Amino acid sequence: MGLSDFEYDRILELMGRPPNFLELSLFSVMWSEHCGYKNSRPLLGRFPNKGTRVVQGPGENAGVVEVGDGWALAFKMESHNHPSAVEPYEGAATGVGGIIRDILAMGARPVALLDSLRFGPLEEERNRYLFREVVRGIGGYGNAVGVPTVGGEVEFARAYSGNPLVNAMCIGLIRIEDLVRSSATGDGNLVVLLGSKTGRDGIHGATFASDELTDESESKRSNVQVGDPFCEKMLIECCLKLLDEDLLVSLQDLGAAGITSSASEMAAKGGVGIEIETDRVPLRESGMEPTEVMISESQERMLAVVEPEKIEDVLYLAERYELVGAVVGRVAGHGDLRVIHHGEVVGTVPAEFLADAPVYERDVVRPNYLDELQELTVDELPGPEDYNAVLLRMLGHPNLRSRRAIFTQYDHQVGTDTVVLPGADAAVMRIKGTKLGFAATTDGRGRHCYLDPRGGGAATVAEAYRNLSCVGAEPVAVTDCLNFGSPEKPDGYYQLAECIKGMSEACEVLGTPVVSGNVSLYNETDSGAIYPTPTVGMVGVMKDVNIHATPAFKREGDRVVVIGKTPPLLGESMTSEGDLLAGSEYLEIIHGKTAGLPVRSDLAAEKKVADLVRELVESGLVDTAHDVSSGGVVVCLAEMVIEGGIGLGYDGEVEIEEMRADVALFGEESGAFVVAVPEECWNDLQDALVGFAYRVVGTTGGDRFKIGDLIDVKSSDLKKAYERDLFETHAPEGGHIG
Amino acid sequence: MRIGVTVFPGSNCDRDALYGVERAGAEAVELWHADADLKGVDAVIVPGGFSYGDYLRPGAIARFANIMDPLEEFAKDGGPILGVCNGFQVLTEAHLLPGALLRNTNMRFICDRVHVRVETVDTLWTAGCDPGEELTLPVAHNEGNYFADPETLSRLEEEGRVVLRYLENPNGSANDIAGVCNENRNVVGIMPHPERVSDPALGSDEGLRILRSVLVGAGV
Repeated sequence: MGLSDFEYDRILELMGRPPNFLELSLFSVMWSEHCGYKNSRPLLGRFPNKGTRVVQGPGENAGVVEVGDGWALAFKMESHNHPSAVEPYEGAATGVGGIIRDILAMGARPVALLDSLRFGPLEEERNRYLFREVVRGIGGYGNAVGVPTVGGEVEFARAYSGNPLVNAMCIGLIRIEDLVRSSATGDGNLVVLLGSKTGRDGIHGATFASDELTDESESKRSNVQVGDPFCEKMLIECCLKLLDEDLLVSLQDLGAAGITSSASEMAAKGGVGIEIETDRVPLRESGMEPTEVMISESQERMLAVVEPEKIEDVLYLAERYELVGAVVGRVAGHGDLRVIHHGEVVGTVPAEFLADAPVYERDVVRPNYLDELQELTVDELPGPEDYNAVLLRMLGHPNLRSRRAIFTQYDHQVGTDTVVLPGADAAVMRIKGTKLGFAATTDGRGRHCYLDPRGGGAATVAEAYRNLSCVGAEPVAVTDCLNFGSPEKPDGYYQLAECIKGMSEACEVLGTPVVSGNVSLYNETDSGAIYPTPTVGMVGVMKDVNIHATPAFKREGDRVVVIGKTPPLLGESMTSEGDLLAGSEYLEIIHGKTAGLPVRSDLAAEKKVADLVRELVESGLVDTAHDVSSGGVVVCLAEMVIEGGIGLGYDGEVEIEEMRADVALFGEESGAFVVAVPEECWNDLQDALVGFAYRVVGTTGGDRFKIGDLIDVKSSDLKKAYERDLFETHAPEGGHIG
Repeated sequence: MRIGVTVFPGSNCDRDALYGVERAGAEAVELWHADADLKGVDAVIVPGGFSYGDYLRPGAIARFANIMDPLEEFAKDGGPILGVCNGFQVLTEAHLLPGALLRNTNMRFICDRVHVRVETVDTLWTAGCDPGEELTLPVAHNEGNYFADPETLSRLEEEGRVVLRYLENPNGSANDIAGVCNENRNVVGIMPHPERVSDPALGSDEGLRILRSVLVGAGV
C-alpha cells in the first residue's frame, strides 16, 4: 500500500488500535507524497506567500489574487506525470480536467489553460508517441470543455525519456465577494456528490504517482483515470449555477484519493466530522467494496455541503444539467471521517489524523556530480565554419522551434477573451466589460536547475517575470509544480531543497509570492532521475489590456534596441566565454554538451530593467518587445524577424577582442530585452532609457537577417527552419557539427 | 431584432454567440435544448462546441433534442438559421443542410485563422457582405472536412449555394467549401467562427460582416 513500517507504527500510535483494511487504505492514500507532502512540506514553508494583491494563499484549492474593480483570478498548476507516462492521452486529459475542477472549487469560472511539458528526444519513437498523445489529450479535453489553452512551453532532453512531465495550469475569473471556501460546516448539513458515477478507475492513483516508474508501471494502466470532458463541461455550468443561486455551503473537487481526500480535507478545515454512506454513492459497476468507493479516482466529480432545506433545488439543477446528484453523507460534530455501509460503520478515522502525514526532514548534501558537471573548457569546442547553418539548425531544433504545430491543436480562442494569441512571451486575456486584463506564462529551466539547482530555481522565476513584463503586464504571483526525482536519494533531496531556496529568493526580490502549487516527486526510471524541473506559472495584471506588446516586428524602419545586460555581440562583455556558454542551447544543440555553471542573475538589477520594459509598453511607447533567453540575442532577433515577416541587419563589428564569434553570437546571459520603436519615437525612448544600459542593433526592413559578415539569411529560410512540424513522423536530424 | 442561440449539453460557444449577437446590435436570447420553444425569436444561431460530447458523431445526438422540432418548423417557414462549426454539423445531421463534415485530413484538431471568400450574398447571413469579399476568420474543429456526393456538389455549385470558400483549404473540404446554404437560402452552415472576431479588442471585427447581415436582410 506504499506505507512504511515507521508509518504503520505511527498509525497504531495515533489510533490506539490496529486499523482495519478500509482505514488503512485511507491512511495509505492520504499519507502518500502526492496528498501528504511528507517530504516537501518543511521546504515549501520557505516560499513567500504574502503580497498586497494576494486574496488567498496556499492551503485552499487554488491561490487567488486581486486584479482590480472587484475582480480576482484563482489559479493553480498541477502535475500529471506518472499517468501520462503509461497512458499519455488520458493522463494528460485528466490532468487538464483535474486542474479545472480545482479552480471551479473556488467558485471561479475557468477561463484559461497553460501547460508545461517535457519529453525525451524526438529521435526515439516512444518519445514521439508520448509527445503526440499528450498534446492530443490536452486538446481533446480542453477543446471540448470549452476553456481555451492559451500558452505553455515544452522542452526535450534525454533525462525525460520514459518519464515525461505534464504540468497543467488553469486560471479562473471571479468576483472577490463570490469566493467559495472548502471547509465543511454545520452539524446536520448534507454532503452531496455531483457529476459522474463512481467506478473502479484510478484506484490508488495517488500512491502510484508517489513511486518511481519501472517496467511494471505499464501494468498500472488501470491506475490511470479516464476523462469525460462533456461531463466536466456540465459540471462547470451546474456548479456555477448552484453558487450563483447561493445553494451551497462549501465546495471541493475530487482529485487524488477521491472521496477520502475531499471529505477528510473539508472536515479537517471546518473542524467537524463527515459521515459517508458508501451504499448511497451512485456506482458505474456493481459489487464495489466500500474501500474502493472511498478511494476511487473517477473523474468529473465534486463534493458539496448543502443545507437540508436547499437540497431539492440542488438535486433539481443537477438533473437539469444531466449530472448525477446524490446525498452521500452528512456533516457531524464528532470530527471523524466515518464510513458507513448499509447502516453499519465500517471505518472511523479522525479527519485530522489523515491530514497529518508524517514529515521527513533530511540532510541537504551537495552531490559530487556537480563539480564535474560545472567544469567547461571552451577551447576544446570546435568553432563553426558556417554560421548561417548553425543558426538554422538552432532555430530548427525542437527546443527552439516554433510551437505552432502544438498550439494550433488547442482551441485558444473559445470564450472570446484571448487578446494575444499563443506564440508571444505570455498569453494576454481581457476581462469582458472592463478595460482590465491579465497575462500568464509558464516557464521551466530543467537543464539549468540540473547544472545549478539554486541558480536555476531563481532563473526560472526571473524568466517568468521577464515574459510577463514583455507583454506589458505587472507580475503579481506564482503557482508552481515541483517535478523532481526521489527525495529519498541524497541528490534528489539536494536538488529539491536548493531549487526551492533559489525560487524563494527570486520570489522575494521580485515581489511575486507563491500562492498555490503542487509537488511531483519520484520522477525516476531505471535509467535515473529527470532533471530537477520546477515549473513556474506566473500571472500578471494589466490596467488597459488594449495596450500590450508582442515579439513580431511591426513596421519597416523601426529602430531595434537591446536593453539591460548588453550581449557581447554589441560591445565589450564582462562575462567570460565559459560563463556565457554554460548550460546554453548552443552548447547543447551544436556541441551535444550539458555542462558549465551559468552565471547567477542579479535579480534586483534584472527587476529594474524588466519593470522599465513594462512601463515602456504600458505608456504606449513600445509595442514590440521580446526577452533574450534560450539561444541568446541572435536567436531572439531571428524570432522577431520570423514572427513579423520583416528583416533586420546589424552592420557593427562582430569580431570582439578575446571573444570567440560563436560565443558572442549564441552565448546566453540573463536579463536582456529587445524592443523596437518607429524613428519618430526614438527620442522619447532614449529619454526613458537614461541610466540604463542599451545598444542599438539596427533598423528593421528588407527580407534578410544579417549579423555583421557572419550571418546573412533570407527571412523566409529562417521561417522554414523555425516552423517545421514538430510532429513529423521521421526523426529530426541528429549529430553534431565540427 | 431578437436572435436566439441554442444551448445543448456540451455547447461551448453559446456564450460567445450570445456576445456576438449583442456586438452585432441585436437582442440575444438563450434557447435551452430541452424546451421545445423558440421564444418568438426572429433568427436562430446554432453555436459551436461539442454538443453531447460529440459522442457517436458530431451533431448526431443533438438533432434529437426537443428544441429541434420547432427549429425545423422555423426553417421550413423561411426563418434565418446560422449553424457555426458544431452548429453546422448539427444542421447537416438534421438534414436541414446537405452533406456531412468528416474528420480533417491531417487527423488533427485545427485552431487557426483562415482566409475565406464570400461566394454569394444571396443568403440571409451574407446579405450585408460584398460579392467576392475576402474575410479572415477563426476556425477550430476536428471535423470540418466538408463532404457531399458529386451530384450534390455540382448542384450546390450550379445553384450558387456555396456560401464561403477557403482560399487555402485547411481540412480537405470538397471544393474548398467552408459554408453552404439550403435551397431556400435561409439556413446557412459555416465552419469558421464569426463571433470570435466580433470586437476590435480581439484583433478584428470582421465576423460582424456575417452576424449583421441578418439585420440587413430584415431591414433593421
